[in-house]
Amino acid sequence: MTLLEIKDLTQLFSGICAVSELNLNLEQRELVGLIGPNGAGKTTVFNLVSGFYQPTHGQILFQGRNLARIKPHRISALGIARTFQNIRLWKDMSVLDNILVAQHYQLGYGLGSLFFRTPRYLKRERDIRHRALELLEIFKIDKFAGEKPGNLPYGMQRKVEIVRALSSGPKLLLLDEPAAGLQSTDVTELITLIQWIFDQFDLSIWMIEHQMKVVMSLCSRISVIDFGRLIARGTPAEIQQNPEVIKAYLGDDQL
Amino acid sequence: MKRFNVPILLIVLLSTLMGLAWFEVIDLYIQTIILFMGINIITSTSLNLVNGNMGEFSCGHAGFIAVGAYVSSILSVALFTKSKVFGAPLLPPEMAAYGFPLVLICGGIAAAFTGLLVALPSFRTRDDYLAIITIAANYIIISTIINIDTIGGARGFMGMRRVIFAMEECAEIPWMILWVFVFMVLSIIIIRRYMSSTYGKGVEAIRQDEVAAEIMSVNTNRIKLVTFMISSGLAGIAGGLYAHTIGYINPKSFDLLKSTEALVMVYLGGMGSISGSIIAAVVFTLMIELLRPLQIIKWVAIPLLLIIIMQFRPEGIMGHRELSDIFPRLKKFYKFK
Repeated sequence: MTLLEIKDLTQLFSGICAVSELNLNLEQRELVGLIGPNGAGKTTVFNLVSGFYQPTHGQILFQGRNLARIKPHRISALGIARTFQNIRLWKDMSVLDNILVAQHYQLGYGLGSLFFRTPRYLKRERDIRHRALELLEIFKIDKFAGEKPGNLPYGMQRKVEIVRALSSGPKLLLLDEPAAGLQSTDVTELITLIQWIFDQFDLSIWMIEHQMKVVMSLCSRISVIDFGRLIARGTPAEIQQNPEVIKAYLGDDQL
Repeated sequence: MKRFNVPILLIVLLSTLMGLAWFEVIDLYIQTIILFMGINIITSTSLNLVNGNMGEFSCGHAGFIAVGAYVSSILSVALFTKSKVFGAPLLPPEMAAYGFPLVLICGGIAAAFTGLLVALPSFRTRDDYLAIITIAANYIIISTIINIDTIGGARGFMGMRRVIFAMEECAEIPWMILWVFVFMVLSIIIIRRYMSSTYGKGVEAIRQDEVAAEIMSVNTNRIKLVTFMISSGLAGIAGGLYAHTIGYINPKSFDLLKSTEALVMVYLGGMGSISGSIIAAVVFTLMIELLRPLQIIKWVAIPLLLIIIMQFRPEGIMGHRELSDIFPRLKKFYKFK
């Protein structure tokens, strides 16, 4: 079944075409990649899907529902979670609090019960905290629960950010360059982590990645965009042989 | 078990204060300073919610104090006393003692909705622009009051003393100390409960990275409005208490200077620290009184002090910490967060 459907998506920034007539489909339980040279518009596509920008033209359908004019926090509640290219954890909050705040979509209490500390409020807070700690435990980062993310090594911060995204129970997880800035040993670990997440959780993963090692070993399908335009799609092996892709990355030798 | 000590401590403190006032051990002047401390604590902790926790820069806190002061004064004077403007009391004056807190809360609610009116258009902007808009809102509120002649206009509004007298008819106890104390404790509880909930932690998330907050399912617009309303509502309650402590209010006493006082307290105490704001309010109130002989030069000395603090300790007295972070043993009694 189709999870995400992108139809004729176009995004103009004051006349500059960042994404142009993009058509893409994502099935349920798929791990796919989006690659392209720098400035190809990959992150723009993610920003559009997560509701951060409103598309100039075209539609984004998530489980058949049009995402136009839905606020980002609602989209997140619908089941799309993402990470950022440059880690955007809340730096002055503990790791646990970072996970807790991501539960805003399912607080289930109002301001009244908050101020009077009603049993319902206390129960919801307890449940949310319990679930967050459980998730930290699953990913073996529960020992960092009280730490500020800034005190953790870079690779661990990445992991926390992915866990934060997962904590909102998404059906689609968008990973924006998860391997950026990681050392090669950490990259291997990341590949295992993403594969593990994909196996354990009932979700689809769509990721942008520059490191071919990551994309080629994880993704079942890859789309390539260049200058906002889809230039190729297929399995990793097909993409590696595609002359269009090679041209986009390495340039045309027949100038 | 240990945590029950805090309410007991508070009751002991309150009854000591009231006892001292009752037996006239402390004179009216010192009583007034103590009342101002309590009121300033409400002012600074409530402004801290927006400027410290949410990281916005609101400069017009005095505007909301003014709304609360005027609304609650008008209500209490009209309801419980005989006045030239409103005529005979609408309710029996004996009810003043019970009606007073409700009147204060009405002032707070009026201020909260004024806050909402200001926040709706202005939260599309941030930083400097928000500062300018809130200053403008402060002046709009003041000029509105000046131009309503029935409530005294620029001459000010009085008659709140008679409300206090009406309360003392019921029982002769130092009422204002009681109410200032109760509302001070209440507003600290409200702020603390708000900020320690997962909902309130969204406020911190907005300060640290608003985009990430919105993407991670935090309804940033709504939280910003709610937080601003809580902050201005509590400021309104502080205003009502202020008006009834002084017995006379004048639009001029809620101008930018008053807003600046609130800002000084927040920055002195440390952004986002409840205990910092409380300490700063106490220190600041004492300082103002000690520097009173300097008269207008006071307003050279206090900003100078602020500059010196910003220069050498930009994070304020407490920084972003609470008392319990500095003295971990306090946690046994009371968790500030």
